[in-house]
This record gives sequence, structure tokens and C-alpha cells, in this order.
Amino acid sequence: MLLLALDTATPAVTVALHDGGDVIASSSQVDARRHGELLLPAVDRVLAEAGLRLDAVTGIVVGVGPGPYTGLRVGLMTADTFGLALGVPVHGVCTLDGLAYAADIEEGPFVVATDARRKEVYWATYADSRTRLTDPAVDRPADIAERVAGLPAVGAGALLYPDTFPSAHEPEHASAAALAALAAERLAAGEELPAPRPMYLRRPDAQVPKNYKVVTPK
Amino acid sequence: MADEPLVLGIETSCDETGVGIVRGTTLLADAIASSVDEHARFGGVVPEVASRAHLEAMVPTIDRALKEAGVSARDLDGIAVTAGPGLAGALLVGVSAAKAYAYALGKPLYGVNHLASHICVDQLEHGALPEPTMALLVSGGHSSLLLSSDITSDVRPMGATIDDAAGEAFDKIARVLNLGFPGGPVIDRYAKEGDPRAIAFPRGLTGPRDAAYDFSFSGLKTAVARWIEARRAAGEDVPVRDVAASFQEAVVDVLTRKAVRACRDEGVDHLMIGGGVAANSRLRVLAQERCEAAGIRLRVPRPKLCTDNGAMVAALGAEMVARNRVPSSWDLSADSSLPVTDPHVPGHDHVHEVGKENLYS
Ligand SMILES: [Zn+2]
Repeated sequence: MLLLALDTATPAVTVALHDGGDVIASSSQVDARRHGELLLPAVDRVLAEAGLRLDAVTGIVVGVGPGPYTGLRVGLMTADTFGLALGVPVHGVCTLDGLAYAADIEEGPFVVATDARRKEVYWATYADSRTRLTDPAVDRPADIAERVAGLPAVGAGALLYPDTFPSAHEPEHASAAALAALAAERLAAGEELPAPRPMYLRRPDAQVPKNYKVVTPK
Repeated sequence: MADEPLVLGIETSCDETGVGIVRGTTLLADAIASSVDEHARFGGVVPEVASRAHLEAMVPTIDRALKEAGVSARDLDGIAVTAGPGLAGALLVGVSAAKAYAYALGKPLYGVNHLASHICVDQLEHGALPEPTMALLVSGGHSSLLLSSDITSDVRPMGATIDDAAGEAFDKIARVLNLGFPGGPVIDRYAKEGDPRAIAFPRGLTGPRDAAYDFSFSGLKTAVARWIEARRAAGEDVPVRDVAASFQEAVVDVLTRKAVRACRDEGVDHLMIGGGVAANSRLRVLAQERCEAAGIRLRVPRPKLCTDNGAMVAALGAEMVARNRVPSSWDLSADSSLPVTDPHVPGHDHVHEVGKENLYS
């Protein structure tokens, strides 16, 4: 097994190679505005570090979010296209699950929250690092304060809002190494991982920019 | 010819997911998935809706193009993609796909300019572009007059619209006349039965002191709308056919007059017209008449190649390969305002050489 994992659903552009036993190379850069630029060079670097070529990969693992859309799509589109070109399966893993795994918490419950911008967080609760209790959701921190009261929390969304998450701690952003390890574990256990579908959680803003192509109802 | 470059092109600058495949100047496939229906209820292209649709459509559209062309991805000589200008988020989906595809297949990547691609597509219809070529690009998104001596390296803006795009004016007047969407074809149809000289609508920016090659359609649009409203206010019937014909005549008169003048001034004996509005029948007829009178050869591709598509991107990519232009780097990014003067985005270092370590041999 050789998995190439990538995640662009948080400010981190993160890539890792996992051989089924261990992470053999990884790269993480935090720059929320340059996902499109940074991802391919990171893949290239990680492969070079491992002394491997992309065609040695037996599967792609990609974080499906939730996350800010523009960045999220960079990872998903890259993973989909690698899958097409290489003829290997592409596995989707919830980005929050990767963060929960990276948090390495034996006993929960705890919360994973990432920054959804617009003063909201993407979040879910976990029983332990491998077990999610709730569906990922997007909310204002104040609106979920009661539900997460007293729980430890990880992720940039928790660190940003100490009023709601007073005991927030690292890890802050997604890690492809954790995503790969989690996927490897699940695949080794014979689990089927879902096809990569973006988790947007919000409807698109229906704003038409000025001076752009006009489309009126038929 | 088998030794001409085989290139796959990806276009996602607006609401069409286009994947085309060409061999040199020969069109092999032109696969399109459009999200236009999803935007209709919003009255215009919603960027986030377009971006989501591109992500969904990309892999199936690449597959379709390969099948249509009957070629294997391994045989491609390069991957081209629209790097700009266009909607930032939409462009980024195409750029991400193209980079991943080129990297995985071990092929050079060419990030190219959308406007230069609109010009280059004519090679698929009429063979190699004459050098220099004057190009009039008219659509719902752009109206420009461009002069190119080499489509891979030199595109010069002669003029552009200072307000609305020509296609936008057609859509808006069709709406005022309650003719539905899209405006271009329906105005064209009504105009055929109308008198283009019935109403004297203004010709924007045609005064002696106005910019010789710039366009303006906003004043015309307002004049037509006012004329219609005045008729309605007076309780009179609106002569839809005459209004359509007179409005259309005002648009194509200015477009062709300025394009021919630019050719004459620059000593260029070829004019190509591209973009969705190039499908307008009166524009084609008038351009033909005026070009003939001025001794200029007119080249207009078939309508499907005039609107946004992947084949035009592949056509420019093939030209980049044929002329040994420097491929783009793996850190190529989408540039929503890529200047028209940059036909492609060459790599800044030797990233491709480093990258080859990891590619198929
Ligand atoms: Zn266009």
C-alpha cells in the first residue's frame, strides 16, 4: 500500500505519503491564500523526499472538508485528476476526522472546530480520536456554546473563539500525515472509504458580480 | 499529420467546463458541460455555482473528450489550461485539474490566456493564422480589438469596450422587448424581418475625437430602452422587428467599422471575429461586405468554436508546443485579471526538470 494524502480544507496545504505502516514523507505549509500554487510543488517535494514516483501510489486520500470552498476544491480537483490519470482509487475522509486523529485523544468527548470565516466554525464532536459523534456542522460559536460547554477542543476554530472554547489547544490545522494514517487504518480494517464529495455545508452565495455574463430565466 | 503536437486543453473561466483535444491545427474533440441552467434564476453567472459545477464535471468531461478523439492520455504532448482572465474560483478548478493531469502523465503544462485562445481557435477552422492577424472578440464577457503578430508571444490591445460587452447589450435589449434569453439569437431572428434603417439609434464612440478603436454600448442600450418605453407610454405598439433590426445594425455597424479601420490603419489584410456574438448573421454579412470593399480577408470560425470551449485552449497549447515556448511551472496559479498581452504564463525556473524525476519515463 502506498497512499498519497492531501488536504486543503484549512489554511494548511498538507501532503503526506504513507506506506501502510508509517508516514514516509510529509509537507505542511500554512498559507490560506495560496493553496492552488503550493499544492503541486508540495506533492513533488514529498515524492522526491521519499525517492518515489507518483505512479507508485496505490491510492489517493483527500480531505473533503468542511472548509472554505475555493481552497477545498484545489485538493479535491487535484485528487480526482490524479485518480483519473493513474487509474487508482480516490478516498474521501472528513477533514475534521483527520484533525481528531491528529489530536490523539484517548478519551473524549471532545470537539474539533475549524475556521469557517464569517464568524462561524465548522465543527463536530468526538468520543475519541477515531470516533465521531455528530455530523459536521457550521455554526456561530455562541450558538453552540451550550452544547460544547466543558469539552476540550482542538483546531483553529476553537483557538479563535476562547469564549466558547476556553480549553482549546493544538493541533490547529489539518495534517495529511494524520489523514493518511487514519485512512490506512480504516482500509487495513477492510472498511470502504467514501468517494470524495466536497462537504460545503452552506449553499452558494447567489451574488452575481457586476459586468459579468448575463443569464436570465428562459 | 502525426508529428504535430497532440494537446488537451481545459477551459473553466466562466460557466462552461470545456475539454478539447487537437493535433496541431486539427480538431479531434470538443467536449463541453455547461452550468448555464443553474445560473438562470439568478439572472447571471454566480461564481460559486460555476465553481462547484466545474469540480463535478471535470473528470467526466476529460473522459468524454479522450473517447471522442480516440486517443490515449499517454500519447498527449502537452496539457493546456486557461490561466486567466475570468472568474478566480472557476479558473482555479481548471488550473488544479490541468496541473494534476500534466504532472501525473509526465507532460508539459501550459497556462494560457483566454482571449488569445479565442483568436487561436480559428486555426482549427481555417488553418494557420496569418501574421499579423487583427481580431475582433465579441461576447457576453468581452468586446476587444486585438492585433497579434504571433499568437504565442505577441498580442496587442487596440481597443476594448469602456462599459458593457456587446453580448450584454443584446441580452438586455431582448429583456426590454420581452424576447427571453439568450438575447443574441432571438434579436437576430426578429431583425431579419425588420428594417435596420427604421430608427436611427446612436453609434457610440464614433465622433472625430473619440478613441478610434474603443467601444461603448451603454448609451445605445439606454437609447433603445427609452425609445421603447416612450412608445409604450403613448399606448402605441412597439415595432419589435424594426427595433431589433435597428438596434442590431447600430451594434454591428460600429463593430465592423472600427475593426476594418484598425486593419487599414495597421496595414493588416486579415480580420478574424470570435466570441459568442460572432454567430450574429448580420455581423457576418456586414463584416464580409466591408472587408471585401477594403480588400481584407475575413475569417470567422463556426459558432461552437466562437463560444467558450476547451478546443480553443488546446489550439493555443498546440501552438505553444510547436513553437517551443517555455512550459508553465507546477506553481502556476489562476490569474483572474491576466493581461491580454500575456498569451501564456511561462515558468520562472526549472521546476519542470526537477519534476521529471517523478514522472513516467
Ligand atoms: Zn470567452
